[in-house]
Amino acid sequence: MKIKEDKYTGLFHTIAFAVIILAAAACLFPFLLVISASFTQNESIVKDGFHLIPKVFSLEGYRLVFRFPEHILRAYGVTAYTTIVGTLLGLLFITMAGYVLQRRDFKYRNGFSFFIYFTTLFGGGLVPWYILLTKHLQLTDTYTVLIFPGLMTPFLIILMKNFVRSAVPEEIIESAKIDGANDFKIYYRIVLQLSMPGIATVGLFLALAYWNDWFLSSLFINDQDMYQLQFYLYNVINTIQFVNQLGAGTGISLGGDIPTESTKMAMAIIATGPIVFLYPFVQRYFVKGLTIGAVKG
Amino acid sequence: MPTRKTFIRELITNRILFIMLLPTIVFFLINSYVPMVGIYYAFTRFDFNTSLFNSQFVWFDNFEFLWKSGILTKLTLNTLGYNLAFILFGNILAIISAVLLSELKLKWFKKLAQSIMFLPYFISFVILSVIVYNLFGYENGFLNTFLKSFGLEPVDVYNTPWLWVILVVVFYIWKNLGYSMIIYLAAITGISEEYYEAAKIDGANIFQRTWYVTIPMLKTTFIVLLLFALGSIMKGQFDLFYQLIGNNGVLYNATDILDTYVYRSLKVTFDIGMASSAGLYQSLFGFVLVMTVNSIIRKVNEDYALF
Repeated sequence: MKIKEDKYTGLFHTIAFAVIILAAAACLFPFLLVISASFTQNESIVKDGFHLIPKVFSLEGYRLVFRFPEHILRAYGVTAYTTIVGTLLGLLFITMAGYVLQRRDFKYRNGFSFFIYFTTLFGGGLVPWYILLTKHLQLTDTYTVLIFPGLMTPFLIILMKNFVRSAVPEEIIESAKIDGANDFKIYYRIVLQLSMPGIATVGLFLALAYWNDWFLSSLFINDQDMYQLQFYLYNVINTIQFVNQLGAGTGISLGGDIPTESTKMAMAIIATGPIVFLYPFVQRYFVKGLTIGAVKG
Repeated sequence: MPTRKTFIRELITNRILFIMLLPTIVFFLINSYVPMVGIYYAFTRFDFNTSLFNSQFVWFDNFEFLWKSGILTKLTLNTLGYNLAFILFGNILAIISAVLLSELKLKWFKKLAQSIMFLPYFISFVILSVIVYNLFGYENGFLNTFLKSFGLEPVDVYNTPWLWVILVVVFYIWKNLGYSMIIYLAAITGISEEYYEAAKIDGANIFQRTWYVTIPMLKTTFIVLLLFALGSIMKGQFDLFYQLIGNNGVLYNATDILDTYVYRSLKVTFDIGMASSAGLYQSLFGFVLVMTVNSIIRKVNEDYALF
């Protein structure tokens, strides 16, 4: 009996190990491929294709990106600015909303919750929203339009509300009120202190969305100097492809002197940037915040 | 009026709470409620130079065109089909990996695997398009390099529509597996150890314990996630489709969804009337769908209803 049990457990663990290693490898492999390509000589890519280990090592891709660094630095600046301002503002509004909406003595909390939730059920669609922001609010080519639409989502507010509800005991709020603290003081002295994992989770969601956004630039920005980093990358890739296709059509190689392939890959690595380095540090909070906020919902 | 009086009294007593909620209310008014007025565009032949109500009113002409040309049917089927595939395969694979990962004993390995599997969630879809190009580009993509090294014919992935039906789902899962896995892992951690002890005493081996204890205990989490996903089944994953497919017309039949069609009509072909009609259709269809599903769930088991 004991031996049989061990046999099954051993088999199960072997399968589990094998499957998880395979899955993790599948998740990691494409990254390695891009990193390798960014360090490969362009000629080698064109001749031999992409490989997991560079056939001919070269930094020419990175060198080209940084030969004219103004544009990419500017795009970096735009993205960094919108990410920081958007995340901080969004966090302020979302934590306040989450706190207010879980206060049991706030009479209209269900009404307001529904007011927010309803926007996930029905909306006017992309076009009316686009026309409102461009034509009526005149937000084309402004930082406002890159920040405002991403400030909050119903999902994040609900997440925050659930988190505050489970992290801050009702009695603490009650006793603070008896001690004469006003509602805002309770918020920033008690609720904020106790909700760190929730704040980290929501903050990471916000920062990630701002950092990875290209959609708002594609809709609202005509001025090349105001492109977000991801949209700048998108544009460069498509321009390179366009130049290549043009060259192929006419028989003249326009892109021949430019290390197009390795440049593309180097750009991708640079644009992924800080957000990936940030995540191991916040991952611990993220898992905790998501668990409490989403599952208990 | 007593209701107005209570409202004003509430407004005064809880004025600080109201002020704290104000930014959120203003946000959703501007971002979500005011645009609802623009539904009117769906019934006009839109002219960007005139104001909303001066555009020529054409009743249901836009919808009629969309319907008769067969575009609407195709878009609806694609949107629903892909979303169902995302939900189904995404959840099954997330459950499998969460169950397997939770049984592993090596702590550092567990942590490392979880971190690696969560990594794709953090990259932008523009980067994803670079990755896909790197893998499947015709000239020097990894796949074709690999095939050629064995003397096999290269595959022209970017001109083969049916392949993308699979690839889009594969890359959706690739990007989201780590995220959904965390939610299931959390649910598994919450299962009481007593159940496993009892099963062990009854002579259940690890396979049976997984199948008869762990999997049934994940039912609630699965249903919650399922219903949440159903709520946005007509929307969704615009980034994924647009970055993978872009303006590659060869693939439209197999991969065009409502979101991409609306975006293209607005930004590429400038057909505002058509774009708003398709957008309104998407909103209404989604709304009716969620309401229907929710009322059915309400009858079956009220605890699981969304509202």
